Amino acid sequence: MKRSFASDRVTTSASATLVIMLAAAVLVPMFAAQDPLAIGDVLALRLVPPFSHDAAGAWHLFGTDRFGRDLFVRMMLAARVSLALGVGGSLLAAAIGTIAGAGAAWLGGVADRITMAIADALLAIPRLVLLLVCAALWKPGLLTVLIVLGATGWMGVARIVRGEVLGVRARPFVEAAKALGVAHWSVLWRHVLPNAIGPAIVATTLGVGNAILLESGLSFLGLGIQPPRPSWGNMIAGGRDLIVVAPWVALAPGLALIVTVLAVTLLGDRLRDTLAGQHAPLARQIGERS
Amino acid sequence: MQNELSVVVRRAADALVLFWLVVTLIFVLIRMAPGDPAEFLVSPTAAAADAARLRGELGLDRPLAVQYARWAGAVVRGNLGESFSSRQPVSRLLLDAAPVSIALGGISLLLTFLVGVPLGMLQAAHRGRTIDRLTTVFTTAVYAAPSFWIALALVAVFTYGAATLGLPEALRLPAFGIRTPGGGLHGWAALADLARHAVLPVVTLAAVGAAGIARYSRSAVADVLHEGWVATARAKGARPSRVYGRHVLRNITPQLFVLMALSLPGLVAGSVFVESVFSWPGLGRAMLVAIQARDYPVVMGATVFYAAAVIFANFAADIALPLLDPRRAGRV
Repeated sequence: MKRSFASDRVTTSASATLVIMLAAAVLVPMFAAQDPLAIGDVLALRLVPPFSHDAAGAWHLFGTDRFGRDLFVRMMLAARVSLALGVGGSLLAAAIGTIAGAGAAWLGGVADRITMAIADALLAIPRLVLLLVCAALWKPGLLTVLIVLGATGWMGVARIVRGEVLGVRARPFVEAAKALGVAHWSVLWRHVLPNAIGPAIVATTLGVGNAILLESGLSFLGLGIQPPRPSWGNMIAGGRDLIVVAPWVALAPGLALIVTVLAVTLLGDRLRDTLAGQHAPLARQIGERS
Repeated sequence: MQNELSVVVRRAADALVLFWLVVTLIFVLIRMAPGDPAEFLVSPTAAAADAARLRGELGLDRPLAVQYARWAGAVVRGNLGESFSSRQPVSRLLLDAAPVSIALGGISLLLTFLVGVPLGMLQAAHRGRTIDRLTTVFTTAVYAAPSFWIALALVAVFTYGAATLGLPEALRLPAFGIRTPGGGLHGWAALADLARHAVLPVVTLAAVGAAGIARYSRSAVADVLHEGWVATARAKGARPSRVYGRHVLRNITPQLFVLMALSLPGLVAGSVFVESVFSWPGLGRAMLVAIQARDYPVVMGATVFYAAAVIFANFAADIALPLLDPRRAGRV
């Protein structure tokens, strides 16, 4: 009844979109005629509308910004930052969450209670507020955003992994491994985790879209990636006061963002639905947007 | 009865412990950061002695333990300290800004559910068919869009584009502030002016929220449609409007109620951006301004306020759940 994950049309088109976006992010800035950071003849080239030629005769897919730089090339340069931070931030969160959740479940007792208390306290603060506070307190930049995304996103994964590890721990093959004399932590790493990690992978996939959105939000507010390095968020912020005369400067970067997050979310949804066959009650608690 | 009361007391105690944890965490987080707030407060030409004197006045030269004890003690008494920059009590600043945010968030939350739940039901009822696919792609796209982008797009269309696109006068909406500056309007005219200013912010917040609620309702409704009592209702000849409007809705209400508590953090995030884009003088904007000025007491106060709201909402949902769902009444 259920179509398999790989042969599904939504999965195929979402994956294709992400591959194309990634390829464009790598290739377009490399082969662009114009340096996306350099400022040339501002008066002649600035605010060219989408799908038209500038005074020098060059064609611009999404037009140019206030300094005459091609928006499409800059958007693809920004895609490198946004994709890297989205994937990196949620992988970091997943790593911290897996270590914290699995460790808490395996150790039990006081360690378990302290870890989960910290997770609960962090979950009680809206993630954006937490991000704003952290990003504002440390020097804004690429590394800060990455660390802050990891530090504020691990709690969901930790809870899921903890629950799974506690469930798997009671199964006979774990008992068997222990009886055969496998070392305590080795049992967790070789036998329990591989069987407990599925839901965490889904949560991480859905977390990528979330992380991309949060990074763009921070950059929009001036607390994330700083100009001249472009990110989708700071490009939208850069076009904010031009919304009257040149709305494309603010709106075009958002399209790249929406397409990317949409593809990641659809992919995560399908992954979750496929998994739901085995983990029905768990599937629903994964993937709430924070 | 005795038993239920003790559950409520236990839940309240849990919530208070969680609140204390959050307060401690915020303090640790903020004091771990580099940078000296006193340096932001004295003029650039002031002597080092002036900064030192200010540090003493603000208590920043005391040991961390003393600062923590003083702060936590004051928070418990409802005193959040004094703003570094304006020297006003933080609680005063927050109370001035809160009504704007609460009104904006409350109306948006209401609209979110009024639009999101029926949309999700529609999608679940037509699952897999064209109408479901189209609306699902649309809701997922809105869900994928950042609120500040939606806000700017609405401004581009309804504020500046309105004249160019030839939209009727009623659709040319103001984009900034909560009232027309220097309007001198009173009574109904002032209220109408406020309502016109509220349209774009409310629509932005409600659109983002409704997309998420529709996503959730779609799967929640799809889950219960397999149940035997749905087949029974249909078999006894109940019309679809009654099956969905009464049987299905009644069964997913407890989940929706919990979801309302869970959607508070998202609403807070949305309001920060929306208040920033539309220049609304609410909590979100107060917090952003304070962050940029390193006004620690205001940042800490706002964070405590948000955390208290989230903890209280979760507590309320926990308590209300058995009342809404008789199946859970016995086992809390």
